[in-house]
Amino acid sequence: MSTVTTASADRDDRSAGGGRPATGGRGPRQRFGRWLRWPGPFRGGIRGNERIAGWLFVAPVIVLLGIFFLAPIIMAFWVSLTDWQGQGSPFKSGVPFVGGDNYTRLFTEDGLARRDFMTSIRNNIYYVAIVVPVQTVLALGLALLVNNRMLKGKGFFRTAFYFPSVTSSVAISVVFLFMFANSGAINGILSFFGIDGPAWFSDARGLIHLILGVFGVDNPPSALANGGPLGLTWWDWLSGPSVAMCAIMALVIWTTSGTFMLMFLAALQSVPVSLDEASELDGATRWQRLRYVTLPLLKPTMFLVLTLGLIGTWQVFDQIYVMSQGNPAKTTLTPAFLSYRTAFKDFDYGRGAAISFVLFLIIVVLTLAQRWVMRDRDEPRRRFRWLR
Amino acid sequence: MATLTPARRRRHGGMVNTVVGYAVLVFFALVFIYPFVIQLANSFKTEPDAAANPLSPVPQPFTTDSFSSLLGGDFPLWLGNSVLVTVVVTVGRVFLDSLAGYALARLRFGGRKAIFATIVAIMAVPGVVLFIPKFLVLNQLGIYDTYTALILPLLVDAAGVFIMKQFFESIPLSLEEAARIDGAGVFRTFWSVVLPSARPALITLTILSFQGTWNEFPHTLVAVQDPSLFTLPRGVANLVSGSLGSGTQYPLKLGAALLATIPVAIIFAVFQRYFVRGATEGAEKG
Repeated sequence: MSTVTTASADRDDRSAGGGRPATGGRGPRQRFGRWLRWPGPFRGGIRGNERIAGWLFVAPVIVLLGIFFLAPIIMAFWVSLTDWQGQGSPFKSGVPFVGGDNYTRLFTEDGLARRDFMTSIRNNIYYVAIVVPVQTVLALGLALLVNNRMLKGKGFFRTAFYFPSVTSSVAISVVFLFMFANSGAINGILSFFGIDGPAWFSDARGLIHLILGVFGVDNPPSALANGGPLGLTWWDWLSGPSVAMCAIMALVIWTTSGTFMLMFLAALQSVPVSLDEASELDGATRWQRLRYVTLPLLKPTMFLVLTLGLIGTWQVFDQIYVMSQGNPAKTTLTPAFLSYRTAFKDFDYGRGAAISFVLFLIIVVLTLAQRWVMRDRDEPRRRFRWLR
Repeated sequence: MATLTPARRRRHGGMVNTVVGYAVLVFFALVFIYPFVIQLANSFKTEPDAAANPLSPVPQPFTTDSFSSLLGGDFPLWLGNSVLVTVVVTVGRVFLDSLAGYALARLRFGGRKAIFATIVAIMAVPGVVLFIPKFLVLNQLGIYDTYTALILPLLVDAAGVFIMKQFFESIPLSLEEAARIDGAGVFRTFWSVVLPSARPALITLTILSFQGTWNEFPHTLVAVQDPSLFTLPRGVANLVSGSLGSGTQYPLKLGAALLATIPVAIIFAVFQRYFVRGATEGAEKG
């Protein structure tokens, strides 16, 4: 920032003398340049040019972002307060205004709307709770392995782990759909170990229910079966991710770990080797060095990876659309997909928009909460750049 | 590994660690690569073969049936749409993002800080909450279901502006000053002096835009519904979600997915370091 200020101060000095005229107008490009140098309404010279040029340079970005990001958000907020069904314009007077109904239907009124929404929230909570820790640990583990000083062929392994993250989510979902088919590759491998693999994408049984089943708890205890918060029974809340969701989680962990591995790797490579060697000479074990030397240095990256993971996992959509469409028995329904389905399949745009805004709020609140939990005296000044 | 005492580790540890390290790495490399082998192999299989031997990397018999039926269908159309959209969006993004990035980094004009703050805020908006908003605005403007709807909303991206601004701030002022003293105007300075020196950032941005647009799926879902406007991801998704969970036509679907992956794979192979730069930029500089 400081360089910019000095730079502009320099330029101010020069502008006192006025912009020197361009020497001869050769070619159209130069003429365009001269046009931009014309004294503007703000008293000529470079300052005036900069104002006009500055606004001209950012104008396309401002206009397009304004039309396709800011304006639509406001429009969608309006729609979320209406009962618009997709006919005509939502901004005409005939569209019924329903106030906060679309929101209250998600939280307070018992009905299908709330049950679907809460189911999607439950599914996504389990999804986040498993995907975020697993992908972070896997990414960190792979980065530590690849960063090994003794290792040859670093480049190859790095490429192998990273490549899945750059491929199309749709294309890779097709591959995993094939691998998790009933007689597909995954079940083939499982049967090699004598395990009878499930029919992944039609298996709605929850993981926690399945584990309880091993201990003979097949039916919900009545305390859990009757009643529970927000339209789902306690038994439903405690289902765990369904078998179908596990396949989707496997895919997502597989695709995203590579990116996060690269982030850890970049951070690891900036850890001075001498630090590691010094602690090794001091007799620290491998684990102690990891725990007390490396990990503290990785904290800012860890923060970034967890934040991006949290934001990304609440947005899971492409994989759900291609692989399961929320099936079986709504156990892979997520708020993002539910919002899409409600608007574009059920033509209830108001409720769909309301779900988007609630999801937005969830993501913002969780990000802030996580920042607060991981806050530090030497607060890492991270900006969240790779958010999409 | 962790249980070895320091003394033992010093004697045998290096060797053991290396072997174990390699074993784990090779295992994970297989896990990360084999799905692509499966994809490649099965797209050249017959349907019964793919159903019976999904794991085998060797098609028996080898057939290109899935590709010939893909080429006989809508696939070439989707490919053409994808190429068109990707090229236009990438060119647009690289030009417009760097213009704006330059202005925000170097030019002094009122409202600059507010604009930059807005751009950072827009980057923080999760993409999935924009499905309905985007549809609404396309619908309202009367461009829903057109090429314009496919291209225009993607034409600038806040993250690209951010990258370019950061980059322009990192290059020395002296070049521009020299150009200005020679009397070059703002645009000319930008175009013939600043941009050429921004090559690495421009390549990174080009690659990120290409990859992002080529793979873009949800936007096409809310922007168009006419199958003749489908891009590859939308077309492939349509192939699959039609016959959910059934084992039919997997060689065809995998072949389509394979063809959709190849361009990005080639770009990745050639420009890997720029991908890596793009992914780690956030972690390094913050």
